Amino acid sequence: MVTLKPGPVTVGGVDLGNHLLLAAGVLGTTGASLARILDTGAGGVVTKSIGPVPKEGHAGPCVVTVDGGVLNAMGLPNPSSEFVQELDRVRGRPVVVSIFGGTPEEFSTVAGWFTQAAAGFELNVSCPHAEGYGAALGSDPAMIEACTRAVSRLDLPTWVKLTPNVTDIAACGRAAERGGATAIVAINTVRAMRISTALRRPVLGNRFGGLSGPAIFPIAVRCVYDLYEACSVPIVGCGGVASADNVVEMMMAGASAVEIGSAVQGDVGIFGTIAADLYSPDGIEPQEIVGCAHA
Amino acid sequence: MREQMPMGARITRITEESPSIRTFTFDLAIPFTPGQFVMVWVPGVDEVPMALSAENAITVQRVGEATAALFNLAVGDQIGIRGPFGNGFAVTGRTLAVGGGVGVAPLYPLAAAGSVEIFLLGARTAADLLFADRLGEACTLVTATDDGSAGHHGFVTHLLERVDPVDFDHICVCGPEGMMRAVLSILDREGCAERGQFALHRYMKCGIGICGSCCIDPDGLRVCRDGPVFTGDRLLASELGRYTRDASGRRKPL
Repeated sequence: MVTLKPGPVTVGGVDLGNHLLLAAGVLGTTGASLARILDTGAGGVVTKSIGPVPKEGHAGPCVVTVDGGVLNAMGLPNPSSEFVQELDRVRGRPVVVSIFGGTPEEFSTVAGWFTQAAAGFELNVSCPHAEGYGAALGSDPAMIEACTRAVSRLDLPTWVKLTPNVTDIAACGRAAERGGATAIVAINTVRAMRISTALRRPVLGNRFGGLSGPAIFPIAVRCVYDLYEACSVPIVGCGGVASADNVVEMMMAGASAVEIGSAVQGDVGIFGTIAADLYSPDGIEPQEIVGCAHA
Repeated sequence: MREQMPMGARITRITEESPSIRTFTFDLAIPFTPGQFVMVWVPGVDEVPMALSAENAITVQRVGEATAALFNLAVGDQIGIRGPFGNGFAVTGRTLAVGGGVGVAPLYPLAAAGSVEIFLLGARTAADLLFADRLGEACTLVTATDDGSAGHHGFVTHLLERVDPVDFDHICVCGPEGMMRAVLSILDREGCAERGQFALHRYMKCGIGICGSCCIDPDGLRVCRDGPVFTGDRLLASELGRYTRDASGRRKPL
């Protein structure tokens, strides 16, 4: 397998310890859990998505594991502005704050709370199961552009996380780029549902949700590949990454870094595990493989 | 990833243990370690973590919407169960148990298995003492009530002054947060915090160590996956007894 030369990397304006970030929505509700993941070898972390008002999220079940993945409908639970104090614990470390809102103005307001605490922002215009938020905005390129512009004018790195639940993800990527995105993150979860045959009803409290994990890795690779063709800003690959080889494959598709989420379910030390396999002193320059599959 | 959809479980018996606590027995046997929990799905309402009080039963205090909905169910009704999750108690040798209120539920199967030598049991009143009769048959039982209606008049932590915790290899504890913090302080004073095994309760969404709702400060330990049982030395500097977090992740003082 290809191994990479270790060392810090800057992606979309954010200085990272390595190419591996914790994905939004996973162990990102407290400063302590973010610090724990950074300490286990992540090059950066993305927080739980923070919105304009505190939200408790959907009624449970919120999460079930299925063959090859995790199905969830958390419903964007978040402490809103109180989250600022959580980040005291990880001050100065590579923390990207995921934010959401229902309008460009709300995105701007939420981002404004974190200008001192965030190394950058990741705009959640892609959560597939939060009414009025996330993918409700993120399937409209004009809205993606407006929300991105509302945050990028704060002059902090602005990443935009896209949903795969659209016909043309490249159009969404170009919209984010026009709005001033410094990187594009792809993908959020894939809309999905399971039904409890025992209880004869959808298993999630919200009925449908989003699928993550290895089952969606091929979908994510294809989206990253398309975005690499369509956009000039860096791409952060996300979706089912669970091994060093998956990281290499994402990078060959066009990703400059990757986010890892569901894989912490099997191994909370996954970042250290993957980093140990991915990096070696005699490895190649990472930039050599980014997008090499397009040649 | 291993598929783990909720299993359907039909309620076969409902036992009123105290005015606010009921045991729901169901037609599903779940091999488990005492201290482990399951995610209990009340269809159409919510899903909440509950300690197993037997391989086919949960013992529940009515505290919120989901537990109120459980209390409205009848024999024959169906619920969903995911699990068991978490680590459970790990004991060998001499074990002392300290339980308060509904916190006795995860400790009971430990005692029923013959693993507990002395059980210090506390509650508000005599009527609230959970599983007292059965615990009395399984081990040496010492009780305390806040109103003095049974046993020692006062807190269960006072009973710890009558035994020497250092004589035991393990002190397994579950109960109200303040009580657990008080027990931890006593063990720390006696220099044996690491012999304590505390079963914690926190708001949970996923149960599988991924969502982060139940992480405790300052180490980011996941109660659902790294716990729910933690040795006392890992909790000395923790939020235990000071605050918790609600469904949105906001801190709530205890």
